[in-house]
Amino acid sequence: MKRLLSGNEAVARGAYEAGVKLAAGYPGTPSTEILETLAEEYRSIYSQWSPNEKVAFEVGIGASLGGGRAMVTMKHVGLNVAADPFMTFAYTGVNAGFVLISADDPEMHSSQNEQDNRFFAKFAQIPFIEPADSQESKDFVLQAFEISERFDTPVMLRMTTRISHSKGIVEEYEPVKLPESGFKRDMQKYVMIPANAKKRHAAVVERLEKLRQFSEETELNAIEINGSEIGIITGGIAYQYAKDNLPDVDYLKIGFGFPLPIEKIRKFVALHKVNVVIEELEPYYEEAINAAGIKVEGKRYFSRLGELSPYRVALGLKEAGILTEAHGAEIEPEQLFPRPPILCPGCPHRGAFMALKKLGVAVTGDIGCYTLSVLPPLEMMDSCICMGASIGTAIGMEKAQGHKKGVVAVIGDSTFLHSGMTGLLDAVYNKSNVTIVILNNRITAMTGGQQHPATGLTLMGEKTKEVNFVELAKALGVESVREADPYDYAGLLKVFKEEINREGPSVVITNRPCVLMPKRIMDRPYTVVSDDCNGCSACFRIGCPAISASKELTKHNRPKAIIDTMLCTGCTLCAQVCQPEAIALVEEPVSAR
Amino acid sequence: MIVENKITNILIVGVGGQGVLLASELLSGATMAAGYDVKKSEVHGMSQRGGVVTSHIKFGKKVYSPIIPYGQADFLIAFEQAEALRAVDWLKKSGWAAVSTTRLVPPIASGGKFHYPDDPIADLKKKIGNVIAVEADQIARELGNSRLVNTLLLGVISSRLEFGYSVWEEVIRKKIKARFVDINVKAFTRGRELAAQAGEVLRR
Repeated sequence: MKRLLSGNEAVARGAYEAGVKLAAGYPGTPSTEILETLAEEYRSIYSQWSPNEKVAFEVGIGASLGGGRAMVTMKHVGLNVAADPFMTFAYTGVNAGFVLISADDPEMHSSQNEQDNRFFAKFAQIPFIEPADSQESKDFVLQAFEISERFDTPVMLRMTTRISHSKGIVEEYEPVKLPESGFKRDMQKYVMIPANAKKRHAAVVERLEKLRQFSEETELNAIEINGSEIGIITGGIAYQYAKDNLPDVDYLKIGFGFPLPIEKIRKFVALHKVNVVIEELEPYYEEAINAAGIKVEGKRYFSRLGELSPYRVALGLKEAGILTEAHGAEIEPEQLFPRPPILCPGCPHRGAFMALKKLGVAVTGDIGCYTLSVLPPLEMMDSCICMGASIGTAIGMEKAQGHKKGVVAVIGDSTFLHSGMTGLLDAVYNKSNVTIVILNNRITAMTGGQQHPATGLTLMGEKTKEVNFVELAKALGVESVREADPYDYAGLLKVFKEEINREGPSVVITNRPCVLMPKRIMDRPYTVVSDDCNGCSACFRIGCPAISASKELTKHNRPKAIIDTMLCTGCTLCAQVCQPEAIALVEEPVSAR
Repeated sequence: MIVENKITNILIVGVGGQGVLLASELLSGATMAAGYDVKKSEVHGMSQRGGVVTSHIKFGKKVYSPIIPYGQADFLIAFEQAEALRAVDWLKKSGWAAVSTTRLVPPIASGGKFHYPDDPIADLKKKIGNVIAVEADQIARELGNSRLVNTLLLGVISSRLEFGYSVWEEVIRKKIKARFVDINVKAFTRGRELAAQAGEVLRR
């Protein structure tokens, strides 16, 4: 059967066809939909969200050791969290096949950096393969498992945002039949004490030689000869951009990217007058090819920043003298207002940042929807580095006495459970004087609404134990733990003020569910009583998308406010900051919303 | 008939939450059902939170890249009028735009620092000849549901694509919840009628 699938949906289908037994991961754009698709469409595979990528990776290792094919999924920076098990699992090798999906985000559509994880595979000395469309995303999963079992190694399947989130037509097949297997005790292979690890390191080096040979032979590294004097070496999405521009030149399309097929490349290059490497981000292929004494050019013509595109590739080819003209243009920002992403109408994070802004404290931030509070008009975040970083950063800033009004760490519920707990333990242990605000909206929101250990549901929809944040913080040794309603501006302000002034670490948990997920929350909307509005713009400054400037002006020529009742959720925060009390509940219930 | 080497590029733009992704699902589903190779691309994540959402759809005999080169779109479907203006330079000079007159002024343009254009549709018409502006919100409400803007705008564009009505109806029936199918088919048909009327005007 043929279906139109995104790269991520195709990877999930690939897992199904490859007979995967277990899949685990932590949500992260652009990887999230892989596990979501598994849980929805392929329920014969046990799949789970773990609290973080490290745990997910370890769960995958366990499944592999236990004899079941395992897949773990994460975004590129997730592998930083899972790097510890990743680097050593490369030594032990697998029992049943193990495939890591690393979904990189060139251009940082939804990320804090654009690291190129191809280097991670080289670092760990494990093979990586890279698809160039949805069909390959599925097919390569099956190949990855075969390679994993044949060479006794974890395999990385490297995706990028454009591959993960683009759709293409995919031909589907029935799942493969795998022989029954189970755990086989092998302490020398799986217990990495120094004596064993030394032997396993030697095995890694030996394995690498075999993989080199395989790379030369495999069809994953495909040669297309059209009799051209131009040879292009490329892989992943860059292949498609190159084909758009140069459909008829010769190609060496790299699908198996570490170790590279150096002899195949040498022969390919010898056939051509001009050889160009086109790759997104870092000059990974180029450096390895040049290091082997083969002369190619690449990053001279193509930026290592951001994504490539058909036009950016055309520009580079023009500079290389291969194209005479580059059609298209760089996207020029229109002379229009910007429309950045913003906290939703009724978002429970808004109240917390309004109060922090009022207090003028330093705010160390974290990864989640609430990071959007850095944008105008709230502009209330001073740092954001990685998952869980807010607490450690706050401790350091406070110890260095970096801010006289106090330091507050803000962290979401899912992020806190991912990697905030150890930071909180540090705050207690080292007697830090910080306030930690856990913005509990009961979901992993930024990535589209995934369950986590405090929501009471698993990925597959089963009821489970819910973490209690108050008890957890107390168990870690925090003496002052308070809950607050982020829709109560004055109340929240009071709690924050008291806790910031308190000696020692304290925790405030703001409790309100996300207005979008798991279900849409819509209370009766509010409206602006136009006669009472004095155009003070206090409601504009809370940054609610439901509030805008009306065309009607006050006598001082200031625009009055207007509330879109289709968008307003009735959170009341704007009414709480409106001095002339011009914001009131809509009298008639609004129907058909 | 599918023509060799001809790729049709359609760009859909709007604001997070407006239904851009459903529209692109329907459109790409229809092209696939009509026998084309098709690719589509959009970026999720941050764009869900009231930011700009863009979806690229390309179809033809064989499609490589899922991204439309700037200035190469044949059609633009815009769910919001200022977003149509932002995206207009993606269009070929001969391209067509179907634009909802929906006006969503973000908070950033309310503070006085930035200005939301007074009449984006007029600005749009200065840049390209073929603009069909649709009072989509009003028509959708008249038809009985504010979420019909999708199928209404697709109806407008569909009249200029090579494949017929039956493919569209089949896809709407397949991808939309059963109880909303009839009303969406109605909205789609209404879009086709609007395009036919507008076509008359534009030809004169």
